[in-house]
Amino acid sequence: MRASPDDLEIVERLRAGDEATFMDLVERLQPSMLRVARMYVATQAVAEECVQDAWLGVLQGIDRFEGRSSLRTWIFRILVNIAKTRGQREARSVPFASLEGERSDEPTVPAGSFILGGELAGHWSTLPQDWRGVPEDRLLAAETSGVVAAALEDLPAMQAAVIRMRDVLGMSSEEVRNALHLSETNQRVLLHRARARVRRALDDYVAAGKDAEEEP
Amino acid sequence: MSEPAPLTCRELVDLVTDYLEGALPPEDRARFEAHLAGCNGCSNYLRQMRETVRLTGMLREDQIPEAQKERLLSAFRSWRAG
Repeated sequence: MRASPDDLEIVERLRAGDEATFMDLVERLQPSMLRVARMYVATQAVAEECVQDAWLGVLQGIDRFEGRSSLRTWIFRILVNIAKTRGQREARSVPFASLEGERSDEPTVPAGSFILGGELAGHWSTLPQDWRGVPEDRLLAAETSGVVAAALEDLPAMQAAVIRMRDVLGMSSEEVRNALHLSETNQRVLLHRARARVRRALDDYVAAGKDAEEEP
Repeated sequence: MSEPAPLTCRELVDLVTDYLEGALPPEDRARFEAHLAGCNGCSNYLRQMRETVRLTGMLREDQIPEAQKERLLSAFRSWRAG
C-alpha cells in the first residue's frame, strides 16, 4: 500500500518545518505508538522513550521517505525497530504467548451464552440484545467512549495495538501486518478477540442502563 | 453429495471477524448469511459488532501530557534548525 496524496502532503509540510502538522501527527498516533512499544519493552517509561526516539527517527529520516508504504506504516516500522532493539538489549524480550495475555482457546463470548446439549446445542441461550431498542442517549459516542476507552485499557498488549491501529486509527489490515510483522491470520485473531471484549463491555453497559430503567 | 452442516450460533460468533474482513471463502460466507437470515440472536450480535467497531472508531484519545508535548516540540525545533 503506497503513500496516499494526503501522506505526501504531510511529508512535504514536515520537510518545510511545519510545527502544526508535526504536532497533529503526534497527537493522532502517539496513543497507539505507546501501546505498540509496550509490546516489546518492560515498562511504560521505556515505552515512552522508544516513542520519543521513534519521532526523532521519523524527522531524521523524512527526507528519505519514498512513499513506497503509507506514512503510518513507515512510522510504526521505525518504532518497532527501536522498541525491539531496546527490549532485546534490556534482556526483557517478552515471550509472544504472554504478550497475548490469555490462553488461545478462551472463548470470545461467555460460555454460558450458548445451549450446551440436546437439539439446540450451540444456539443462543439468551438472545443478544437489539441495541437499536436502546434509548438514544445511552449509545451516544460521548457516553460510550469512556466504556470503549476503559475496555481498550484492559486489553493485552498485542490486542490493544491491533485494535487501536485498525479501528481507532483506521489503518488497513495490510498496513498493520506490515508494521507489526504479523501474519494475516494472527492479525485477524488478535482483532477478533479485542473487538469481542469491547463489545462485551458495551453490552454490559447497555444492560446496566436497562436494569436502572426498570427499577421502580 | 451431502450439504455442509448449517452453522450453529456459537460457530457464527467465531467467524464474525472473518466475515467482516471479507475473509470467508464463498461457501462459508453463504452458510454464514443463510444462518443470519433465520436467526434474530445472531443478527443482533452482528449488528452489535458493527456498532462496536463504529463506536471504537469515534474514540478521541486523551491529550498527550504537556511535558511530552514540550519535549517533542523542542526536538522538532532543534531538528528544523539543524
